[in-house]
Amino acid sequence: MIPPLVMLVDDEAPFVETMAKRLEKRSLDVKTALSGQAALDILSQKPNIDVVVLDVKMPGMDGLETLQKIKANFPLTEVIMLTAHATVESAIEGMKLGAFDYLMKPCDMNRLMDIVTEATRKKRSHEEKIREARVKEVLSTRGF
Amino acid sequence: MTKNKRLTIPYYRSLNRNIILTIVSVSIIPLILVSSTIYLQYRSSYHEKVYAHLQELVHKHTQNIDSFLSEKLAEIKFLASSFGFEQLARESFLREKLEALQKDYGPVFVDLGVINARGEQIAYAGPFRLAQANYSDAEWFRQAMQRKYFISDVFLGLRGLPHFIVAVRNSFQDNAWILRATIDFVAFNTLVESIHIGQTGFAFILNRQGEQQTTPITKASLGVLPSKTIYTEFLDETGEAPAEIRTLIKPDSSNHKNIYVANFLKNGEWLLVYQQRAKDAFTDLNKTFTITTVMMVLGPLAIALMAFLLSRVIVNRIAKADEEKQMMNQKVIEAGKLASVGELAAGVAHEINNPVAIMVEEAGWMGDLLEEEEFRSSKNLPELQRAISQIQTQGKRCKEITHKLLSFARKTDATVCNVAVNELLGDVVALSAQRAKYSKVEIQTDFKENLPPLKSSPSEMQQVFFNLINNALDAMENIGGVLKLSSRQKNNHIVVEVSDTGRGIPAANLSRIFDPFYTTKSVGKGTGLGLSICYGIIDKLNGKLECKSTVDVGTTFYVSIPLPEDSDSQACEE
Repeated sequence: MIPPLVMLVDDEAPFVETMAKRLEKRSLDVKTALSGQAALDILSQKPNIDVVVLDVKMPGMDGLETLQKIKANFPLTEVIMLTAHATVESAIEGMKLGAFDYLMKPCDMNRLMDIVTEATRKKRSHEEKIREARVKEVLSTRGF
Repeated sequence: MTKNKRLTIPYYRSLNRNIILTIVSVSIIPLILVSSTIYLQYRSSYHEKVYAHLQELVHKHTQNIDSFLSEKLAEIKFLASSFGFEQLARESFLREKLEALQKDYGPVFVDLGVINARGEQIAYAGPFRLAQANYSDAEWFRQAMQRKYFISDVFLGLRGLPHFIVAVRNSFQDNAWILRATIDFVAFNTLVESIHIGQTGFAFILNRQGEQQTTPITKASLGVLPSKTIYTEFLDETGEAPAEIRTLIKPDSSNHKNIYVANFLKNGEWLLVYQQRAKDAFTDLNKTFTITTVMMVLGPLAIALMAFLLSRVIVNRIAKADEEKQMMNQKVIEAGKLASVGELAAGVAHEINNPVAIMVEEAGWMGDLLEEEEFRSSKNLPELQRAISQIQTQGKRCKEITHKLLSFARKTDATVCNVAVNELLGDVVALSAQRAKYSKVEIQTDFKENLPPLKSSPSEMQQVFFNLINNALDAMENIGGVLKLSSRQKNNHIVVEVSDTGRGIPAANLSRIFDPFYTTKSVGKGTGLGLSICYGIIDKLNGKLECKSTVDVGTTFYVSIPLPEDSDSQACEE
């Protein structure tokens, strides 16, 4: 499998940097963004990002708003919410809006890896199904 | 606090005093004003009435006396003008006329006499031997010769008895002659004597020299002497006798206040004086004054007593209300303290959580790097790995604390539904059973069956009882003991008791056990938040969380939660 392409979104730069290094060491492709808007900009340039790990509590555009925009523009991209304890409700809200899962900060690296892998697998299987559907459509229009 | 103790506090003492003063002044001042106004009005009108009455009396008697005198004078004038000197000079005729007069008027006319211009009595009719008497030196004769007619003052005269004379001058052959009559003093005196009111009221007549013309009856019996100098008091500034009746109040020689009412008669020659002691004249008024005074003394006394009793009651009520208010304030402060500490804690926890997350992440990165080939040969590799894992362990500890702090301010699952208390307690006991076994603690349960369900969040209730049971187990750690758990219904409350036989809580600490961050456990073992979270949860349900503890005997926590008024809320989902 092609290593998952992950984007980390959090306003805490040191956290994002270190997390990115650790994920890269685990042979993942990692992009980083320090705000919701930056994340959307990167996504529009690189729509093939598989998983977005999104902090709920951010200044400016917060996690939930960013999530809604990602889901509207890039419905196939999976989102994992990252939250402190107090924002579990917003994480649940996020799940309802289509997030893949949520994790509490500070999170266990192994568990994060598992969830990211699973999310990637789900996204790619989705893409596979879409591709198959298109093939069927092309075949049927050719009149075979 | 007893009633009397409250009144010794300066604040309540001054409050008490102020209430008494206010009541007393507000009631007594109008009382005094009203009573004195009414009394003064009554007094002045009563005075007026008494004076008017006395003046009327004096006026009537003045008229009586004046008419008595003018009547007698008219008789003599008639006698003198109708019979003439020749007839009257005959003693037999004169006697005849005297008898006729005495027949008409009684013994008022004592005698009759005819006197010539030289003062010699030519004819006389009467009981005394006064024929040939010479009156040329007598005062009345000189006066009578100057006027047509004359009424004298009372005098003793030749006969040595008090009497007065009515004389009429006529002329016969250019010689003046006088017909005179003596008026009986006793008869005249009765006119004045009859004026007698009360104990000390009497009347008398004075002449211009201040000499008595009558004998007042009361003077001997009561020692009230008619004042001789009073005559001059009633003359006006010019020395003339004024026409109207005048009233005077003046102390006499024995310093008693007297009322004098006087009127001039006999053309201002005589003065009829009515004299009475003021005390006697105003007897009724004095009685009223006494009654008023008694009321003025007793009324304020009653008011003062009432004020005293009433203020005690009021102050005691206020003191009680103040005490209750203070207790309420304490509760409000406690609740407020919890709430503000909760908010603060949540804020702090959130801010700390991020740095801790970064630290743990960095430690993780270091751990990742240590896996690389170049570090494998380092002899300090195990030490470094140990240090990194320690950082991660401590990071997790921080995370636990911050998460607890956050749950202190915010509940994860606050969905309210019907909770069966006994089932919930059973679950919690099952969770704690393993730990109790290690601590050599025996758990005894005493659940009353068929308790009505509570309306609350099950996870919150679990948290409360889990905390209480954990605390009980902590208290009995290493020493073992018995943990009793009981549930029952009391009125419309569910009461759960959690008691242990552990170390107990010293009285000094008992008031602080619900304060956030208060803990007696060693560093790292407790956050000091367990009981304050429990308190917050129970308080939110309008319940009570109380603690009783005796050192070395044990501690009991009482959880009392009110039952819902309506039991139609939904059952909990599993």
